[in-house]
Amino acid sequence: MARLYKNLGELYKYRVLLQNLVSRELKARYRGTVLGFLWSFFNPLLLMCVYTIVFGFILKPKDPAFDSSPWFYALFLFCGILPWVWFSSSSIEAANTLMINGNLIKKILFPAEILPIVTVTSNFIHFSLGLPILLIFIFVFGKTLTWYALCLPVVILVQYVFSIGFSFLISALTVHFRDIKDILGNLLTFWFFTTPIVYSLNSPPIQQHQTLRTILSLNPMTHIMNGYHDCLFYGRMIDWRSLGITFGVSLVLFYCGYAVFDRLRDSFPEEV
Amino acid sequence: MVAIELADVTRIYQKYSARHRFQTFKSALVKGDLFRSLKPDELVVALDGISLQVEKGMTFGLIGENGSGKSTLLKIVSGIAKPSSGRLRVNGKISALIELGAGFHPEISGRENVFINGIMLGLSKKEITRKFDEIVRFAELEEFIDAPVKTYSSGMYMRLGFSIAINVNPEILLIDEVLAVGDAAFVPKCLDRIDDFRRRKKTILFVSHDLATVSKICDRVVWLKNGKIQMLGEPKRVVDAYLQDVAVRQEEDFQERQDQAVAPTTEPSLEPEAVPDAAEEKREQRWGKREIEIRKVTLKTLHGEEKHVFHPEEGMIIEMDIAAVEPAKDFVFGIGILNSQGISCYGTNTDLEDFEPVAISGEGKAVCRIERLGLINGTYYLDVAVHKRDGYPYDYHRNFYSFLVSSTFRDVGISRLPHTWDFSSKIRFKPPARG
Repeated sequence: MARLYKNLGELYKYRVLLQNLVSRELKARYRGTVLGFLWSFFNPLLLMCVYTIVFGFILKPKDPAFDSSPWFYALFLFCGILPWVWFSSSSIEAANTLMINGNLIKKILFPAEILPIVTVTSNFIHFSLGLPILLIFIFVFGKTLTWYALCLPVVILVQYVFSIGFSFLISALTVHFRDIKDILGNLLTFWFFTTPIVYSLNSPPIQQHQTLRTILSLNPMTHIMNGYHDCLFYGRMIDWRSLGITFGVSLVLFYCGYAVFDRLRDSFPEEV
Repeated sequence: MVAIELADVTRIYQKYSARHRFQTFKSALVKGDLFRSLKPDELVVALDGISLQVEKGMTFGLIGENGSGKSTLLKIVSGIAKPSSGRLRVNGKISALIELGAGFHPEISGRENVFINGIMLGLSKKEITRKFDEIVRFAELEEFIDAPVKTYSSGMYMRLGFSIAINVNPEILLIDEVLAVGDAAFVPKCLDRIDDFRRRKKTILFVSHDLATVSKICDRVVWLKNGKIQMLGEPKRVVDAYLQDVAVRQEEDFQERQDQAVAPTTEPSLEPEAVPDAAEEKREQRWGKREIEIRKVTLKTLHGEEKHVFHPEEGMIIEMDIAAVEPAKDFVFGIGILNSQGISCYGTNTDLEDFEPVAISGEGKAVCRIERLGLINGTYYLDVAVHKRDGYPYDYHRNFYSFLVSSTFRDVGISRLPHTWDFSSKIRFKPPARG
């Protein structure tokens, strides 16, 4: 634990590098595209359209939360997809980041844990660029934004810690077991559907199924998603208790992820 | 004061096989013993008990063959790799020129890369802003600094990388063979900078295969062999010992290749007529009816030692074992030396030098003694022949034999003419370091 504190203190010295690497990541990502950083808006928007058409218009949700309105449903989707894309892109990029930056790890002395932090952070920037769009849609679709929206940073913080912990774990392990990259893609798809994003926890099939509810509540992302839905879509107070527990879980994951990362650190220069 | 101190440093690398990796993954998942199952198949000892002290302000050269552990040593000193056992102490800020421009991102501009790379190497943003113009000017990239790095040539890339690294202004500079890729104009500039560092009493650890530069700029040299210190001391002595060792190795290699190349062709079953015109292009040839036969050719030093690697200033003896099946009155012995491009560097024969043949019979030796080889570095092929004065061949060997000329000299051309330099009093040089 003491080592963790010491190393995190060390990281603070590298904040300028972190900041520069993130901005490099952002600049490099859309370099050469016509729309540039507008893609940060369009990507989740297009994804939302696909889900709205498939689930909203073709499958038609029976959920009372949406008043049978495909537009409300679209909004609900958007509230979930935006943070999910943040989480899943961070994880996928984290799996590759040590390998992609292998040259750095081999040739330059700097704390490698910066790299997964950079992936989570740069994806966070994309996420926050998407937020204004979400707010616009909330108004366009006739929902009202309540004061509870101010709880949003709390939810974001929980997800941030969780994502970084997960990224530490994934990035360090992938160096040794490249299989993880393939496993991760499938895992994330599974995870996506076991998180209330395309459906709400209040929908009748879930409410009637006790085991299913229990399983879903074991998923930390469920509570994080509920947080987003509560403060943005429903406009109500977030569930402090479950979000608090999730934050605890996130801290544990952060610690474990970091411990694994730290344990494997010396092997990176020769394995990447 | 000691800038770098290594005490009994050993570095062991682990090799994993693909099959093993799969097993560890499985066992890691099944048994959950992730760390215990990471046992390697094979251990490679890159550094074996290295103890070394580098005094502050010293330029320390590291030489050795590929795979002798030079780069590993640099990585350990820089902190990128950790020693498996042993202790390392470093006093002062380090900048490692292990690979130039290692952190460059191809999609963003040179300007942005300078900042990121500089920060990674330990500069603050303010320092970079202050030194930015100097960095760009040194790299000669004023016009291109805002273009994405992917559009740079490899030379531009390297120049920018070097320029950033050298401007970190470290107390200890580690240089790993980075000058090998620079062009003729840039390398002297880099060497100037390194000289500048030496004058300011900074510590430099310098890895290079360019032995001439090593013996010129280093105060002391370490020769690493198979991860161990083979020799440590004054540059000239260590470089010479190293060259000697390399020469012995090359000698053995040559001997081996020679044995393989000559063995099948000297078989008597080879009919002289069996050499068709189509084989003219073949590099190695032998023709003639062998009324007089060259049985064996040996290359020796002037002291009579058999050898295949020569120094340009050294002499060489070409010894031919001759056997005449029947006595003859018309014969000429000749030699020819060709370089690897097939250019004839020298050729002569007894007829051209007005030796009048009288008689030959039985076995004997024909020896050509060259007092001073005077060739530049490279591989050379030797033709030897015995023929009649009208050109009718008894036994003609083309390209059967080869030898190597190797030295720290860097002169060019075909032959190394004996020469000295003299300058009048107003033209002054520092005398070259090597003798």
